[in-house]
Amino acid sequence: MELGLFIVLALVAMASAIAVIIQRNPVYSALYLILTFLSLAGLYLQLQAQFIAAIQVIVYAGAIMVLFLFVIMLLDLRKEEQRAVKGGYQLLIGLLLAAILLGELGLVFGGGVLKGVPGEFSPEKVSALGNTQVVGRLLFTDFLLPFELTSVILLVAIVGAIVLAKRRLD
Amino acid sequence: MAADYAYVGLFLLVGILFVVFTIEVLSRLLRPSRPNPEKLSTYECGERPIGGSWIQFHVRYYLYALVYIVFAVETVFLFPWAVAFHRLGFFAFIEMMIFIAILLVGLAYAWKKGALEWV
Amino acid sequence: MFEFIIIMLVKIAVVFGALLLTVAYLTWLERKVIGDIQVRLGPMRVGYHGLLQPIADGLKLLFKEDIIPAEADRTVYLLAPLVAIIPALISFAVIPFGSQVKILGRTIDLYITDVNIGILFIFAVASLGVYGIVLAGWSSNNKYSLLGAMRSSAQMISYELSMGLSIVGVLMMAQSLSLVQIVKAQSVVWFILLQPVGFLIYLICAVAETNRAPFDLPEAETELVAGFHVEYSSMKFALFFLAEYANIVTVSALATTLFLGGWQGPLLPPVAWFLLKVFAFIFLFVWLRATLPRFRYDQLMGFGWKVLLPVSLANILVTGLIMAWR
Repeated sequence: MELGLFIVLALVAMASAIAVIIQRNPVYSALYLILTFLSLAGLYLQLQAQFIAAIQVIVYAGAIMVLFLFVIMLLDLRKEEQRAVKGGYQLLIGLLLAAILLGELGLVFGGGVLKGVPGEFSPEKVSALGNTQVVGRLLFTDFLLPFELTSVILLVAIVGAIVLAKRRLD
Repeated sequence: MAADYAYVGLFLLVGILFVVFTIEVLSRLLRPSRPNPEKLSTYECGERPIGGSWIQFHVRYYLYALVYIVFAVETVFLFPWAVAFHRLGFFAFIEMMIFIAILLVGLAYAWKKGALEWV
Repeated sequence: MFEFIIIMLVKIAVVFGALLLTVAYLTWLERKVIGDIQVRLGPMRVGYHGLLQPIADGLKLLFKEDIIPAEADRTVYLLAPLVAIIPALISFAVIPFGSQVKILGRTIDLYITDVNIGILFIFAVASLGVYGIVLAGWSSNNKYSLLGAMRSSAQMISYELSMGLSIVGVLMMAQSLSLVQIVKAQSVVWFILLQPVGFLIYLICAVAETNRAPFDLPEAETELVAGFHVEYSSMKFALFFLAEYANIVTVSALATTLFLGGWQGPLLPPVAWFLLKVFAFIFLFVWLRATLPRFRYDQLMGFGWKVLLPVSLANILVTGLIMAWR
């Protein structure tokens, strides 16, 4: 049952990810990307990471893709759609890089280089305490520095975007 | 836990089936279908449409969505902090206030630079 | 196991049916109450006091011709009403309607499911609701549609922020994201007394989220020719309307669960209390529509970003200070 659900979600995620690249119409690409994120959220749910699944939908599918869609819809991209897909050496280099990436992935996952270190929170303990509570506890004790750095990164994002956009506004 | 989401999925399925049933099945049996070019053209208060259907890109939509992303991420960090509040000490409160303060600096910058103006 | 599925299906059917009935009769209620406030009668002809009016409206929309504009993007055009209404309906999967009830010797919990991350689920589903409007506006291939949809979605995301922030105070007190736990945490005192500012912010954001008056500029008939649903007809148009009213019921139910103690109350059975409180909020929504004039769009956005956002952050600060003091 679980395996079946995983296979379905994984296939949907992969198919929509491929569709993102293949689609000519940019709005359709964005919609398929949203579908990819939703299936990823489903996969997170299967891994008992409910908080992460919800965050994936809220931030990624709900905020970032809204930004994407705003920009895509407001730009008139019809000229881009008509342009034919060029073959030639671009395609060759792309295939070569894809093969290298596939080789790397096979080495990492197949060769057993990645070993996970089991932490102190097993799934039973997490569901007893509550998913979000555990994240909260760890985030503000062990992982405090990354958390504060996140705020600095976000501040830089706001300032950067406004600086770039102000040139258009004026 | 998995059962919970299965019921949500079931509810979702019932919802989608209901909607599709009303639009496609029921309505299709009952409604007339007499298209003509006038009816199918774009509505522009009764006139013939002028120009294409795109509008000029205003960068302010982008800015609103961007500031929304940043504060949505902040909200996302606030949720685990809020539910673990009793177990964390006063120090965690200070940490979160620093986080919010840094992002408030960002909001103040956006305000001052006029990114939040809708004109 | 098998009977559990049966119970679940019955619960889903009951909740669904009750929700659709409520949404349909909400239209009737709105017309009657607005009529009353404006010292006139409202619908009177169709059935006693117009009680069959929603059925008549529904049947009329069912029989109308479905015009799909020639230039519209067909797939997205057909998808948009679905994306608009599903989030509004599915939020009800996690809201508790009552405590427990004993039917035929079995104890049944009066909620469809108690997800660990209840509020986050609703928040996630609400963020997906923005897409219905954006896709509807874009796919109609009409400048006014696109403009209306962009404005409407910009408004929705601005107020969604303050909505999420206003409930952080509630979460700090309830120490859980699950809605059933939050209702149980209010058994001593309801959160509206402990979080008045949060409640007020939530209410204002709820009205703005659902695109209701006084925040309904993006879909007012006198502006932008009815906004994002101008090119829709027949059942798809009905679905957008249903989605808007279902959203009203959803935010009202959420408001009672978070701030007004859910189904708790003396004397009457819990479900009755729940329905009473939800009805009170719905009445408030209709009252606001009849009474207040519309906000101008820049006033609306300025209010959301420059007033509500800092105030909700300050609310979190004060709540945290008071709680850390103890």
